[in-house]
Amino acid sequence: MKKLDRNGRHPVRLTLNGMPEEGFAEPRMLLTDFLRHEVGATGTHVACEHGVCGACTVRIDGKAVRACLMLAVQADGAEIETIEGLAEADGSFGPLQQAFHENFALQCGFCTPGFLMSLSEYLEKNPDPTVEEIKVALSGNLCRCTGYHEIINAGLDAAKALRERRQQTD
Amino acid sequence: MKPAPFDYVRAECLEDAVAVLAEHGDEARILAGGQSLMPMLNMRLVRPEVLVDIGGLPDLARIEDESETVAIGAAVTQGGLADWPDLTSALPVVAAALPHVGHFQTRNRGTVCGSLCHADPSSELPLCLALLEGEVELHSARGVRTVPADDFQRGVLTTAKEPDEVAVRARLPKARDGERFAFLEFQHRHGDFAVVAVAAKRSGDSVSLAVGGVADRPEVCHWDALPGDAVDDALNDLAWALGGSDDIHATARHRRQLVRHLGRQAIEATAAGGAGA
Ligand SMILES: Cc1cc2nc3c(=O)[nH]c(=O)nc-3n(C[C@@H](O)[C@H](O)[C@H](O)COP(=O)(O)OP(=O)(O)OC[C@H]3O[C@@H](n4cnc5c(N)ncnc54)[C@H](O)[C@@H]3O)c2cc1C
Ligand code: FES
Ligand code: FES
Repeated sequence: MKKLDRNGRHPVRLTLNGMPEEGFAEPRMLLTDFLRHEVGATGTHVACEHGVCGACTVRIDGKAVRACLMLAVQADGAEIETIEGLAEADGSFGPLQQAFHENFALQCGFCTPGFLMSLSEYLEKNPDPTVEEIKVALSGNLCRCTGYHEIINAGLDAAKALRERRQQTD
Repeated sequence: MKPAPFDYVRAECLEDAVAVLAEHGDEARILAGGQSLMPMLNMRLVRPEVLVDIGGLPDLARIEDESETVAIGAAVTQGGLADWPDLTSALPVVAAALPHVGHFQTRNRGTVCGSLCHADPSSELPLCLALLEGEVELHSARGVRTVPADDFQRGVLTTAKEPDEVAVRARLPKARDGERFAFLEFQHRHGDFAVVAVAAKRSGDSVSLAVGGVADRPEVCHWDALPGDAVDDALNDLAWALGGSDDIHATARHRRQLVRHLGRQAIEATAAGGAGA
């Protein structure tokens, strides 16, 4: 059993969007701060820091979770996906980003990384959601600008685009 | 806000966790899914000296289908239980309640046992534990004991668990032939804690109703027989007996009215055969 001392900075190694990353963290460092300040991946946003808003959503070993409710040391060895990994290899928008762009599903954009990371897991589990299902799935992400209507439409469009892409590759 | 400093132990086995708690007592805290503890740490409502992470323990990540009960290990997440293929047949009321526990992102990490240990009076899973008369198995350096639901949750965020004890698994009795269940809750937004949540069970003539969000813990009421024309009076008595109070989410009066309405709907749903909404 390994005890990490509160005053020490402990190595954390993880895979971020397919690339190995490493840095150091005190036990109390949140994963959000580790990603933003240690690794420099500032796409993951932080607002409430107590689990309510969903701005900090990332995927850990495939699951969408709130990075502000995880310690960096807990993510040692994990595979993490963040908003920085959603674009295509050539840097153009991925299907989720494209759908948000086309539907005007963002204004200030602060909440957007969280919505996209939530949808990226959700649409894998439920590729053809109803409006009602999308609303429930996105109820854990708050947006203070858009009024959600466009975000829901973007979610439905993204689902369709992802289904079509899957058909082409199947 | 950021947590105050603490030492962090990633338990490699249950014995590790028990040993750390034996050494540090109430200076130490178990970290399971972190979906309630991390917000409290971030807001510095709690300042433990040591955190013991049991989230990764494979031995505790098992759902065991025993003959009469289902044993849910301390590392089983709410999402993991929701995905268990036998859930709807074995524990229909839990299957109906789980989608109301936070959001899929919080269920991805939050554990079933963590919710029971956190003991929020409006939480859905403690309500199910109470209705089903389940039990919680507690381990410490002093030994192992099993606490029935009615003794486990004592009040707001308070349980029978001592600071040196780990909840290792919760046992929930499986639905028996002829039993019917329903679950309903009123919340202001999807994924919020319930203002009032009810879970009902019918077996032959007898009816049980568990109510969360009103008293300081989920309370269960049993009736050996509850004919349709007696339901309103029974629920009115229950609504007053629970003694809810006013807070920013609802008034006591609103809560009593919700007990009457949701209670009736849930009891009727069990008569109609529904497994819950
Ligand atoms: C946005 C949001 C919405 C939510 N909505 C709801 C909701 O609608 N309904 C609801 O019920 N909950 C809700 N929750 C809380 C729920 O998600 C938590 O998962 C649950 O309350 C605690 O489980 P956990 O595994 O996350 O425990 P943790 O947060 O890790 O621990 C909670 C407490 O229990 C103790 N503990 C945990 N496991 C054990 C164990 N095995 N043995 C001994 N002690 C233990 C910890 O020391 C701590 O004191 C919400 C949370 C968030 C962030
Ligand atoms: S910053 Fe994590 S949920 Fe708000
Ligand atoms: S676009 Fe501004 S918060 Fe959502």
